[in-house]
Amino acid sequence: MIEFDGVGHSYGEHTVLDRIDLRLEEKRVAFVGANGSGKSTLARTINGLVRPTRGRVLVDGLDAVRDGKRVRSRVGFVFTNPDSQIVMPTAGEDVAFSLRGKGLSKQERQRRAEAALAEHGLEGYAQHPAQQLSGGQKQLLALCAMLVLEPDVLVCDEPTTLLDLRNKRLFVERLQRLEQQVVLVTHDLELLENFDRVVVLDQGRVVADDEPSAALHHYRELVT
Amino acid sequence: MSSPLGLYQPGNSPLHRAPAGGKLLGLLVFATVVMLFDEPVPLAVAAGAVLAGFVTARIRPARVLRMTGTLLVVLGAIFALQSWLLDPKSASVVCLRLLTAISAANLFTLTTRIDDLVSAVERGLAPTRRLGLRPETLGLLVGLTVQAVGVLASIAAQTREAQRARDASRSVSAFAVPFLIRTLRHADELGEALAARGVGDAREEHSEPRRD
Repeated sequence: MIEFDGVGHSYGEHTVLDRIDLRLEEKRVAFVGANGSGKSTLARTINGLVRPTRGRVLVDGLDAVRDGKRVRSRVGFVFTNPDSQIVMPTAGEDVAFSLRGKGLSKQERQRRAEAALAEHGLEGYAQHPAQQLSGGQKQLLALCAMLVLEPDVLVCDEPTTLLDLRNKRLFVERLQRLEQQVVLVTHDLELLENFDRVVVLDQGRVVADDEPSAALHHYRELVT
Repeated sequence: MSSPLGLYQPGNSPLHRAPAGGKLLGLLVFATVVMLFDEPVPLAVAAGAVLAGFVTARIRPARVLRMTGTLLVVLGAIFALQSWLLDPKSASVVCLRLLTAISAANLFTLTTRIDDLVSAVERGLAPTRRLGLRPETLGLLVGLTVQAVGVLASIAAQTREAQRARDASRSVSAFAVPFLIRTLRHADELGEALAARGVGDAREEHSEPRRD
């Protein structure tokens, strides 16, 4: 469970998040909002990538700042641009890289990496140069690099923005199949039909928090 | 555009199978020796040895030419300048040194996985832990540096394309400013991605015994 307890965040004079109070227990939660609404910043507070300037974020009771290391081991994060998430030359090495520092043998790291790639539609790509994968495959690789760590929560910050429609749907289908709790930050409202809860943000505040159709109705009214 | 350093090419040659640490040490010694030679003949022999390495590793000639194409243009310019300033013999020594050392580095990256390189650096630098250094971080630094060459080459190529699209091919600032901004943005995003993958956290956990 993720709890936002009076979370606020400012860059100097500019308030990005303003006293957010939420308890997220549902398996599929989405943050939507216009550019600059604070949704990405809010998502980044979940694993301590952004430290709130007030309030706190708890993941299964652990403070995302004070217990950052333990929280990050439970929360995976997929970013918008898959190119910036790839740190190793081949797909297999990139996924295995996530497991460095876990005290596993090289063979075990490779085995787990290949299993993760196979499970998420990249079977046979372990030796493939990661930067030569298609955009959709790169985003799946970024997903594998997180899921191989077996997180309890997966936060995805606009992961479909750079993908075409087919790859968007494939990616979201993969997300739907996951056991983990998923927090998706997105502009793609059509992707949210199977979500349990949609939180709408505007100017750093929660302006709607409901099941998808009601929340999205509110969001459409807000932007028109 | 191809990277000035070759990406790993899977293979089963003796060079592929050789341990990464030994190859890295060999490369360092080889590059040092090459810099000490000041006659064209031994340098040509060293260049021949690197060429034999490419053949042994079964690297396709087309790939070698693609990687060294830009380098050969630069070396041509250096040769012309050095010949004018000094003499053709000194110019050929300088160019052969650079060609041999850079080609050897290429051969190393083509036959060595970054993962193996990072592990080798970690192992080799393990004694520095006593000095308060973190071999894991140093290994990662080496791996990311090699990777960065390819990433920067790709950013440069995309920036040049945009520059041409705006008909500003001759403008230095039309290249330098977006290249710098994109590089810094990439560094920022890469830092976030590494933090999200628990890189610093994992290494701390691995290197320090848990007290709880």
